[in-house]
Amino acid sequence: MAEPLLRVEKLVRRFGGIVATDNVSLDVAAGELHAIIGPNGAGKTTLISQLTGHLEPHSGSVSLAGRDITYLPAYRRCALGLARSFQITSLLLDFTAADNVALAAQAHAGTSFRFFANARKEKGLRDAAHAALDRVGLGHRADVVVNRLSHGERRELELAVALASKPKLLLLDEPMAGLGVTESQRMVKLLQELRKEVSIVLVEHDMPAVFALADRISVLVYGRVIASGDPAAIRANEEVKRAYLGDQHVVTHHG
Amino acid sequence: MKSLSVSKAVTALMLAGLVLLPLYSSLSGNIFIMTLFTRIVILALAAASLNLIMGFGGMMSFGHAAYLGIGGYAVGMLAQEGVGSGFIQFPVALAASAIYALVIGALSLRTRGVYFIMITLAFAQMAYYVASGLARYGGDDGLTVYKRSDFSGLINLSDRTQFYYLCLACLFGVIFLIWRIVNSRFGLVVQGLRSNEQRMQAIGFPAKRYQLVCFVISGTMCGLAGALLANNTDFVSPAVMYWTRSGDLMVMVILGGMGTLFGPIMGAVVFLLLEEFLSQITEYWALIMGPLLLLIVLFGRGGIMGMLGRAGRG
Repeated sequence: MAEPLLRVEKLVRRFGGIVATDNVSLDVAAGELHAIIGPNGAGKTTLISQLTGHLEPHSGSVSLAGRDITYLPAYRRCALGLARSFQITSLLLDFTAADNVALAAQAHAGTSFRFFANARKEKGLRDAAHAALDRVGLGHRADVVVNRLSHGERRELELAVALASKPKLLLLDEPMAGLGVTESQRMVKLLQELRKEVSIVLVEHDMPAVFALADRISVLVYGRVIASGDPAAIRANEEVKRAYLGDQHVVTHHG
Repeated sequence: MKSLSVSKAVTALMLAGLVLLPLYSSLSGNIFIMTLFTRIVILALAAASLNLIMGFGGMMSFGHAAYLGIGGYAVGMLAQEGVGSGFIQFPVALAASAIYALVIGALSLRTRGVYFIMITLAFAQMAYYVASGLARYGGDDGLTVYKRSDFSGLINLSDRTQFYYLCLACLFGVIFLIWRIVNSRFGLVVQGLRSNEQRMQAIGFPAKRYQLVCFVISGTMCGLAGALLANNTDFVSPAVMYWTRSGDLMVMVILGGMGTLFGPIMGAVVFLLLEEFLSQITEYWALIMGPLLLLIVLFGRGGIMGMLGRAGRG
């Protein structure tokens, strides 16, 4: 196998006596959609935070396309092609949808130490913003201030912002969180489209969505990866069933 | 759209008033009003510079008066040492303010929120005490500027009208620059950081360096106000850096409307006129001024500019 796009090796992160990330290793190949699932408190968000640079691990390493990024700050990782969406929507609320996306494009299109020309009239940035908005189906809402967008629209906008930086790898932290049934279905469809263009790490609670989308699934329990494999293998795994006792029917009946 | 037109109309009226003021003064023979409004225009410039970091950048600096002192002392000290040329004094005033802003900003921007307010306040008070200790330059008593900056015949700062128009041109110039900056790439990044720093980091912007550059631009602009102020009063003293003066500037910005282009001018005009007229009525003018400001801040969200906007809509 060629060099994986993302390689996580023996990552450890403790909070006091609790080991939130316990010797986690996983690979994400280029073009793959890799889902990370696990019960509440399994350490999914802690793991994601170390991938995005919001939290430093105590040991282990993270590398992107062969480059060690373990201790790089978030903005440097973004420049290297790692984009993320937030579990709890995090946008510029007093900016329009188009401004939110255009800023992400701007971060990857030359210097932002330009003080005089009107950035909202830069055709390249505006076109990129509108393309990304169209991609997620928000084209008609481009000039609406984020404050006035619905929750579902904001989740889609998160995705558009991430896409605008033309990432190699997209880290999606529960993109379905808080979405209704139809909105979820739209999001799954959208992700099915996007995965053709970009590698994705998906952290998600919505099991039907995970099993519909993922090439491979890693199951995190108490900070450890207890199983990793394709959806069929994960569905058949006894240890996973035990960990997901309450959700067992979900794992076995969908997908 | 109607709401826009009300605040636009009032703004246009105010600007026209400022431009035509010397005409009124010479027709009516009211010289005092020129003195008053020169001060207003200079402090409006200072407030506008503060608005750039506070209103647009979300950086609540409580030490902005320090630049008034630094700009002022640059002029006063050079004059005392026999360097009377404005072509030297003004660039030195701006450069000194920029350097101070760079150092203070680099240290202060490690903190956020209340800590940022406190640390900028602390540095300004330090500047205040340093100035008080400058025995050679008057110490506590301040420094008299015996001769205004000399621009070798280009413009005469001792001429009341010429000086007023110089100050007004500086104010308009700074407002123009701020207008360009807030709509530029740089300005959008700075405003984005005010809105959501975590998000901006995640899309690839290192927060601090943008905020620091903005902090330096703002400080430099305020240093210009300081240099003008020293010329206006022919005097500079540590009192100009005192924390209450920084507070006044903040009040002007909030009163006029944070994050609006012309709000700080409006705020400075209203604040200083109120101060002037109330102090003529009673010695205890602050007793009226305080509650009045409280009411405007509490009930007039967005300051005067915000209220004008709503008046138009209502």
